[in-house]
Amino acid sequence: MNAYIGTPTSRVDGPAKVTGSAKYAGEFKVDRLVYGVVVGSTIARGRIRRIDTTAASKVKGVLDVLTHENRPQMANNDEAWKDDVAPDEGSPFRPLYDNIVKFNGQPVALVLAEEWESARYAASLVHVEYEQESCSTDLHAQRGEAFVIEKPEKPRGDATKALAAASHRHEGEYFVPTEHHNPMELFASTVRWEGNGELTIYEKTQGVQNVHGYLCSVFNKKPAELRVISPFVGGAFGSGLRPQYQVVLAVLGALALQRSVRVVLTRQQMYGLGHRPATIERVALGAGADGTLDSVVHEAIAATSQFESFSRNDTAWADLLYKSTASKFVHRLARLDVSTPCDMRAPGAATGVYALESAMDELAVALKLDPIELRLRCYSERDQSSDLPYTSKRLRECYQQGAAAFGWERRNPQPRSMREGSELVGWGMASGVWEALQMPAAVRIVLSANGHAEVFCAASDIGTGTYTIVAQVAADALGLPLENLSVRLGDSSLPHAPVEGGSWMAATTAHAVVNTAEEVRNDLLQIAKKMPNSPLKDDERDDVILEDSKIASRGDPSRAVSIADVMRHAKLDRIEKEKTNQFAEDKSYARNTHSAVFAEVKVDEQLGVVRVTRVVSAIAAGRILNTKTGQSQIMGGVVWGIGMALQEETVFDHRYGRIMNPNIAEYHVPVNADVHDIEVIFVDEPDERVNPLGIKGLGEIGIVGVAAAIGNAVYHATGKRIRDLPITIDKILA
Amino acid sequence: MINFRYVRANSVDEAVRQIAGNPTAKFIAGGTNLLDLMKENVERPSQLIDISRLPLIRIEETANGTVRIGALVPNSDLAYHPLIEQRYPILSSAILAGASPQLRNMASVGGNLMQRTRCAYFYDTATPCNKRERDTGCSAISGHNRNHAILGASDSCIATYPSDMSVALAALDARVLVTGPSGDRTMPLASFHRLPGDTPHLDNNLARDEIITAVELSPRGFASNYSYLKLRDRLSYAFALVSVAAALEMEDGTIKEARLALGGVAHKPWRDTEVEAELVGQPANEAHFARAAEIALRDAKACSHNAFKIDLARRAILRTLTQAARGTPQSQSRKKIA
Repeated sequence: MNAYIGTPTSRVDGPAKVTGSAKYAGEFKVDRLVYGVVVGSTIARGRIRRIDTTAASKVKGVLDVLTHENRPQMANNDEAWKDDVAPDEGSPFRPLYDNIVKFNGQPVALVLAEEWESARYAASLVHVEYEQESCSTDLHAQRGEAFVIEKPEKPRGDATKALAAASHRHEGEYFVPTEHHNPMELFASTVRWEGNGELTIYEKTQGVQNVHGYLCSVFNKKPAELRVISPFVGGAFGSGLRPQYQVVLAVLGALALQRSVRVVLTRQQMYGLGHRPATIERVALGAGADGTLDSVVHEAIAATSQFESFSRNDTAWADLLYKSTASKFVHRLARLDVSTPCDMRAPGAATGVYALESAMDELAVALKLDPIELRLRCYSERDQSSDLPYTSKRLRECYQQGAAAFGWERRNPQPRSMREGSELVGWGMASGVWEALQMPAAVRIVLSANGHAEVFCAASDIGTGTYTIVAQVAADALGLPLENLSVRLGDSSLPHAPVEGGSWMAATTAHAVVNTAEEVRNDLLQIAKKMPNSPLKDDERDDVILEDSKIASRGDPSRAVSIADVMRHAKLDRIEKEKTNQFAEDKSYARNTHSAVFAEVKVDEQLGVVRVTRVVSAIAAGRILNTKTGQSQIMGGVVWGIGMALQEETVFDHRYGRIMNPNIAEYHVPVNADVHDIEVIFVDEPDERVNPLGIKGLGEIGIVGVAAAIGNAVYHATGKRIRDLPITIDKILA
Repeated sequence: MINFRYVRANSVDEAVRQIAGNPTAKFIAGGTNLLDLMKENVERPSQLIDISRLPLIRIEETANGTVRIGALVPNSDLAYHPLIEQRYPILSSAILAGASPQLRNMASVGGNLMQRTRCAYFYDTATPCNKRERDTGCSAISGHNRNHAILGASDSCIATYPSDMSVALAALDARVLVTGPSGDRTMPLASFHRLPGDTPHLDNNLARDEIITAVELSPRGFASNYSYLKLRDRLSYAFALVSVAAALEMEDGTIKEARLALGGVAHKPWRDTEVEAELVGQPANEAHFARAAEIALRDAKACSHNAFKIDLARRAILRTLTQAARGTPQSQSRKKIA
């Protein structure tokens, strides 16, 4: 056992990806394929008065132009359009449904042609007349209209009164602009017409079964009529949790023409999908001179669309991190004429913890306390909202190990006190926190007589390494070499899995694998017991393990029978088992991952140029299944955090309600030149309470706190507190 | 993108005949900018005349020391050419400050001169733009204009010209050689690009039926005292907020000759000879550089979001002149602004 778990195993799908044999949704070869090109609205709000498709239809090779007027039938009620992760409240967007325009870039027509080039040309000839209404895409302008969304965390004590009475106070308002995911892979769907209305859909998604269920209800199909396949995903980061409109359009095209259809969005069109909503965060902290917190008030105003109420937990993180006498959290939403926001890596925490951890830094300055010392003085051993202890919380060790690796003790607390050559040097830190979640999922294992095993699960691997960790866990659980494992994911016909999100997939699939492998093991044991002179004849289910391609006594590995012999004896060529993960979740504990992020910036004061020269991210996230992919995961989060702090912003022209930088030349994310040293530390955090394998998940925690650590470092370097992301040259010079 | 016809030109004369014969045709070389614009339906040529195989790919030194750079020399070949690296390092540096290796491999010298603005409204056919469509209005003036012009703009256009290469060429007093139906002519680079005035749809003074054949450099390359500094929102692969090309000839700490050009601030590479004259004969010190920067920005005008660029340009001039005077040019490969 444990030959592979916890080791720096290379990606099992790495060769397929670097050689190009890994196929993505827009790449599958299908005969007689029709290409669909989307026409997007050029207004943010109003009605389509008329669509003239005459010129487009006349282009050679054009087969049809679908609009709300001539499309095939789709469901006419909100319930049918609600996918697994749709917001509870609201009316999900229905592409090409009617003449109402709800956001700029909304699809208003789909041109279908024999060639992609003719479809694209014809799309430029579709003429749309609108009745335009005035729109609002500016959160600041709409903040007064924001309404409160109920959240589970109730006020503790009278935070307002406690704040007023506190001897030391910090109040600040922080702003995070709209951001987009910008995965490398464009959203794409290839729909293969199988005849009789049956469709196979190659799809970019974080959840094939979510898309499957959604399409079945939108198009009134029986489950067996549709199959959704997504073996590889070129990044999604939350943008692929909900089905996106291109899959609806591709299915509409296939149904209209009774042919196979592919729709690939352009990079520009990707900015019409979900996004991290612009958020205004107000944090007020009241403290005693000793650094104990009397009061925490965190209020967020986040953007949502006119038609759905998307919200995440922006505000309640303080109750997890810091002990306080009283707290109050208020979440408001303001409706804008934009597409519905969606989850984006660490939704709620990336923004909310940015504000909280910036505010904590400001409080530390006011109290003349070291920022780590302040955090230790109000360190919370319990989740105060639910009043529960943690399954584990090695955040103290994150502070200690991160600080040691960073060299924090050499920090001069005085802003502008540290220099290197002509540059100001700033050191900042922040805490991070996320949830350790797990969901039901099933796995099928097929063990062959030749000692190979296949593992099947509908889960998506969105680049996070799910193929690899599933193979590692299965190899250990089945006692086989890793190279004897093959893993198949991303197919709606495979055993059930939730969408890949929330950092829950590692814990979810790993336990499904282990629980299913136990069934395989038990089958082997039952046969082995009956073999002549069986060394395991007296062993029971839990007395044996699978190891070195053998079934062996847990206490005495010399008592063993090879798996091959067992199968040969029973004349079996395969053992097939499917099981749903089973772990009784102990509700008497809170489950979270934690981190401490340390950042060094160097600021050219004359020119206002900031660079992040070092980041140390110390992570406490239970057992790390794969230290190599895990480290990459955290590094990716840190790089994204650098972007969030210094570069990322979706720019709107509010007059037109249009995004003015819808491409990755003008929407900036860090390039190699912006990234220097990143050190990832995994703090040892054994946790038998969170789940049997002690897995907490790593997807989100890497980004949480990074922007705050960098903003705090910029303050330390320059003495300037910039509460409005991104921190660009103009703000440094202002 | 619209459907278009494609022809290949086999000689410069043929290319000129082809473009003269079709008022809606366009030349294509590397296509690094044109194809993007075609995909956005900003450029809608009925025909592309492929000039990429014309014999304009040499870098030659003539007997009098003039260096002639063929219009189709790829940007990366130019940047890494030994003669350019040694004699005109400011040109190498400026080229390497722009785009990405892949783009520089495709982009030609002539195409770089013909680059169009990156103004977001110019790219978005759903918004008014005088440069894209005459007399429709300028969305940027009262819109998002954080990276728009601070010098030489007009009431009809505040777009900037995005090239880095051309800023160095302006500082080097380069000349542009063109061929048209009536023969060859030469333009100083400084008068190749235009200010927007009330004709912002015209980026430059190249006639529709002319083709750029070469860029010529005088022998003097300011290899000892130069710097190209580009400031932007990330350290690579972003257009300049402000860039500065500074080239000096020094004698015993005194400036004998000065060249100063700015990028990212105007509709053309912004060369200011008055500032240069002011610097000559002065000791190379911060006070004089600061004064030069003041003069360079004396007519600068801000819109709603780009006032910081005036201040930033001043600071950048000061820094770049200092780098040039010290002989410590800005590196384009180190991950920092020196």
